Amino acid sequence: MIRLEAPFTEDKIRALKVGDMVEISGIVYTGRDAVHKWLHEGNTPPVSLQDAIIYHCGPVVMKKKGKWVVTAAGPTTSTREEPYQAGIIEKHGLRAVIGKGGMGEKTRQACQKFGCVYLHAVGGAAQVLAESIKEVENVYMLEKFGSPEAIWQLRVESFPVVVTIDAHGNSLHKEVEASSAEKLSGLMAAIKK
Amino acid sequence: MNTALQKKLLDSFVEIIRKTSVDLPGDVVDAIQVGRKQEVEDSRGKYAMCIIEKNIDLARLKSQPLCQDTGSILFFVHYPRKLDGELLGKLFRKAVVAATKEGYLRQNSVDSLTGKNNGTNLGPGTPTLHLEPWGKDFFDIRLILKGGGCENVGAQYSLPDSRIGAGRDLAGVKKCLLDAVQQAQGKGCGPGVLGVTIGGDRATGYLHTKEQFLRKMGDKNKIPELAKLEEEVLQEANQLGIGPMGFGGKTTLMGVKVGVLNRLPASFFVSVSYMCWAYRRQGAKVSAKGEIQKWLY
Repeated sequence: MIRLEAPFTEDKIRALKVGDMVEISGIVYTGRDAVHKWLHEGNTPPVSLQDAIIYHCGPVVMKKKGKWVVTAAGPTTSTREEPYQAGIIEKHGLRAVIGKGGMGEKTRQACQKFGCVYLHAVGGAAQVLAESIKEVENVYMLEKFGSPEAIWQLRVESFPVVVTIDAHGNSLHKEVEASSAEKLSGLMAAIKK
Repeated sequence: MNTALQKKLLDSFVEIIRKTSVDLPGDVVDAIQVGRKQEVEDSRGKYAMCIIEKNIDLARLKSQPLCQDTGSILFFVHYPRKLDGELLGKLFRKAVVAATKEGYLRQNSVDSLTGKNNGTNLGPGTPTLHLEPWGKDFFDIRLILKGGGCENVGAQYSLPDSRIGAGRDLAGVKKCLLDAVQQAQGKGCGPGVLGVTIGGDRATGYLHTKEQFLRKMGDKNKIPELAKLEEEVLQEANQLGIGPMGFGGKTTLMGVKVGVLNRLPASFFVSVSYMCWAYRRQGAKVSAKGEIQKWLY
């Protein structure tokens, strides 16, 4: 288990390798479809994303005694942001993207070039992930985008993920896809009528 | 139905929704445990399976949805024939609205044209209710909640299929199933379960795949050829090495359930639905007085 703690410097990120099991402590910002499209259109984010972590997540957030509390916070499918992610990594200096399902070639190349990683959270594990969110520090764009699409500034502790795209050009998704395709052709060839 | 009975039924329906959303059935929990045990120590697959098990316990304890995507709402109901089916349909919809308000269901029904979400989970096509009258004096109510991530990786094949070299026979069906698992990779939040229909038309084929998910994990198909197919596909798909969440590992699938329907001479469909590890399925025997008498899973 590797502990990744703020500040998220390029050195720390470049030290991670595909397959590493990581626990993150520090600030992460949620951002999904609306935020990515909006940043892609050239808008300036309300908070600097330099050396930041963005989390593909539409959390369920409730106000309890005047304070925001996250009650469910699993990852959403990342490929929807594939058209925008590489440009945002380059322009804003993101150091990590958390999501599920993996991302494509453009993102893999941007991670390598600009020193970023893709971190895979366990899909569906809404309760475990909500437990590691210790505080909602702020929220931006709530009016404009609505709760699930807003930028939530979350302080997390020991947030569990696996590195599936690293800053050295490796992608676990690519590897597993290739090895399973090879295995599949062997199995298909062995099927008899 | 008098008001008291309606109230009682409504409460029972909401409780069935709550339990389905927060508590996985025992047979699924057992299968997940088997998966966790067979993953190698200190591997990514083991790590994912441990998080999954922790999540299952936590959701039950906190009585909160175990996955925030509370999914498509699929009711399969038999009700005493003397009762008013139309009114029951209304009660089920009311229960869905109430369970959404309580937070057991996410506001999950979006107008496909405008993108608007009215926050009730009611709309054209949602929820899905299959209501059938029967001659018994109690209800059999079963519910499946199926998330969008796994629904997206379902597939329908029309045989013969030259891309994968699948003909109109069980060997061809097997090729479809292995191909579907490889295509899905980890995107359907595996380890998953396949619900499969051989035959039918495009609509009935997919519907019947969902009905396969009502079967228990450990049951055996009554049709010997299909029982053999289920076992073989499970065993071979687990050689693909996709593993939990697509991280690599031994547990790619936890089960395969195959049903069969008649087809037109011109058609031969193989329909495949993928169920994620968050396999939310519950059912209850409910008395004619509206009380839950027994959980079915």
